[in-house]
Amino acid sequence: MALFQIAEPGESAAPHEHKLAIGIDLGTTNSLVATVRSGMAVCLNDEQGRPLLPSVVRYHADNSTEVGYDAQTKQAIDPHNTIVSVKRFMGRGLKDIAHVESMPYDFVEAPGMVKVKTIAGIKSPVEVSAEVLKSLKQRAEMALGGDLVGAVITVPAYFDDAQRQATKDAARLAGLNVLRLLNEPTAAAIAYGLDNAAEGVYAVYDLGGGTFDISILKLTKGVFEVMSTGGDSALGGDDFDHRIFCWVIEQAKLQPLSPEDGRHLMMRCREAKEYLTNNPEAQITVRLTSGEMVDIKLDVPTFAAIAQTLISKTLQPVKKALRDAGLRVEDVKGVVMVGGSTRMPQVQKAVGDFFRQDPLTNLDPDKVVALGAATQANLLVGNKTGKDDWLLLDVIPLSLGLETMGGLTEKVIPRNSTIPTARGQEFTTFKDGQTAMAIHVVQGERELVSDCRSLARFELRGIPPMVAGAARIRVTFQVDADGLLSVAAREQTTGVESSVTVKPSYGLTDDEIAGMLKDSMEHAKDDAISRALKEAQVEAQRMIEATEAAMAEDPHLLNEAETAKIVSTITKLRETIAGDNRRLINIAMDDLGFETQAFAHRRMDQSIKKVLSGRNVDDIKMGEDA
Amino acid sequence: MGVTLSDKAATHVANFLAKRGKGIGLRLGVRTSGCSGMAYKLEFVDEVNPDDLVFEHNGVKVIVDAKSLPYLDGMELDFAREGLNEGFKFNNPNVKDQCGCGESFNV
Repeated sequence: MALFQIAEPGESAAPHEHKLAIGIDLGTTNSLVATVRSGMAVCLNDEQGRPLLPSVVRYHADNSTEVGYDAQTKQAIDPHNTIVSVKRFMGRGLKDIAHVESMPYDFVEAPGMVKVKTIAGIKSPVEVSAEVLKSLKQRAEMALGGDLVGAVITVPAYFDDAQRQATKDAARLAGLNVLRLLNEPTAAAIAYGLDNAAEGVYAVYDLGGGTFDISILKLTKGVFEVMSTGGDSALGGDDFDHRIFCWVIEQAKLQPLSPEDGRHLMMRCREAKEYLTNNPEAQITVRLTSGEMVDIKLDVPTFAAIAQTLISKTLQPVKKALRDAGLRVEDVKGVVMVGGSTRMPQVQKAVGDFFRQDPLTNLDPDKVVALGAATQANLLVGNKTGKDDWLLLDVIPLSLGLETMGGLTEKVIPRNSTIPTARGQEFTTFKDGQTAMAIHVVQGERELVSDCRSLARFELRGIPPMVAGAARIRVTFQVDADGLLSVAAREQTTGVESSVTVKPSYGLTDDEIAGMLKDSMEHAKDDAISRALKEAQVEAQRMIEATEAAMAEDPHLLNEAETAKIVSTITKLRETIAGDNRRLINIAMDDLGFETQAFAHRRMDQSIKKVLSGRNVDDIKMGEDA
Repeated sequence: MGVTLSDKAATHVANFLAKRGKGIGLRLGVRTSGCSGMAYKLEFVDEVNPDDLVFEHNGVKVIVDAKSLPYLDGMELDFAREGLNEGFKFNNPNVKDQCGCGESFNV
């Protein structure tokens, strides 16, 4: 028997079509998975009711793995094959990694990314992360009772392209469909429901296991704009453990430790740090493999002194991020605390002092990111369609537009617009009696269609015959959260419609996008010139057609000499259109305008007369009827 | 007769409604679709329609539209946990047979 969740009004899914989506916080120390159930974001616990999955993977000789707590407990006995904090190696070379000397791994330098030699062979950080993701995926499938449509995975705002790509690759390897990578601070802000709050500037202070991020977010009408980010991709809770570790070695005057002993002591140091959050002192007790006992008391003042430099190290990027955003401390309306390390009272106090306000700490700092990611995932798969719920997600890399007369591009959605988005623009017919319109959807920054990328073509038929310029055709561009573009055209008076759906980024690599952007900058001036020429040509053509139509309609209003003069001026204008001199076209258009002035006046008089006489007849008729 | 909520289901519905911040109750309904003919509907309610019937259990309003009621009469909505999964369960005496997963049924 299926178990049901409550849907929003009118949005119950059809049987077997529940869109199960999850949010994953793939952390340095711990990872979590969350989903939205009956409108509420919740973290999914394992069989023992624990929400956290330690991001630890242990490899066995037969290539099988242990992940999470099981692996964590084996850290001390099998440090070479038990990989912790693998997120620090994602997309990194050996030289980028801090404290390599204190890590028990057998690193192998490989192009692009470091690898680790284990008993099961050489493993890349992508493969190790995939094991963590697989475990979370399995948990989610059991908890949700079905296949997942997709996942939102969070990454530090600091992650560069290589690190983001590595994260995506890991997800693919784990068999997850990545809906989107979301910056961790943005996810946290979403979890706190700041998108529902009043407008304002918020700071997200995220001190996790291995990374520190500060983000300054500006909220306007429920949409987050990231004003600036900063941080340190190699500073986190692990560093506090490491500081305590060094302090213990110094205090106990220990000789260099074996990997097993080092791991063991490091674990005790972490426990001591966590214990000090709610207690005045902690005891660090370890029996080394040599039989030597280490037994040291760490009290809060000592720890505060040890932690001081690390904490103040986090405040430098905070100041810089504020400066980058052009803001002062007073402008910040709220501060969100994220990451287990923000449980340290010393951190909360330092941040509170800096921002001169108490930071938000009422959600579990370990869970906020996953909860926000789940909320986002739920939105992206379309389980919630309220218009106000959209958040800053992604931008369109290149402008989307239409071809207009003369092969010109009319941009409808400019590049860097956040998606999802919808924009409409009205177009009209070019010729009298035009009953169809070809719509050519293009992508690019250049002014001429021939320099842009063609995405799709379709036709709108059934436009009622009208004079040129009278039809009102609304063309709407809509890009959904997945970057899928649909274009619809609708003639406003009759309601005839036509539409097409395309994937604008399909087949375009980042390099190609960069190339297209570069072209547009290099050719900006050429483009402006050719655009002006094309516009003049189109305008001249339109003028000729209008004049000829008028002459055909009212030949009696012109004498022979006038007709001949107009015809020859039109011929001259036609010649200039064929050329590429905009100035000559404009002069020839002025000439034609001058030659047809008297004709236009006469036509005007004639139509006024018609209207007036028409009214007389009506008036008389009405009088008779009465 | 009508429909009832188990105490557990009522508590969960009340929690979800509180968390959602708006809504007056829970809508139960059926519609024709799915592999076995009918499918359940379980939604939050923001407004009551004229042909709706309102039942109340432990302070939680359950709203059923008149057309759905014959298929749901006498039913109890429960909240259950199965392994890691949890959610609402329809204990419907009107059901003759249902598809394997129980999402779709026949009367």
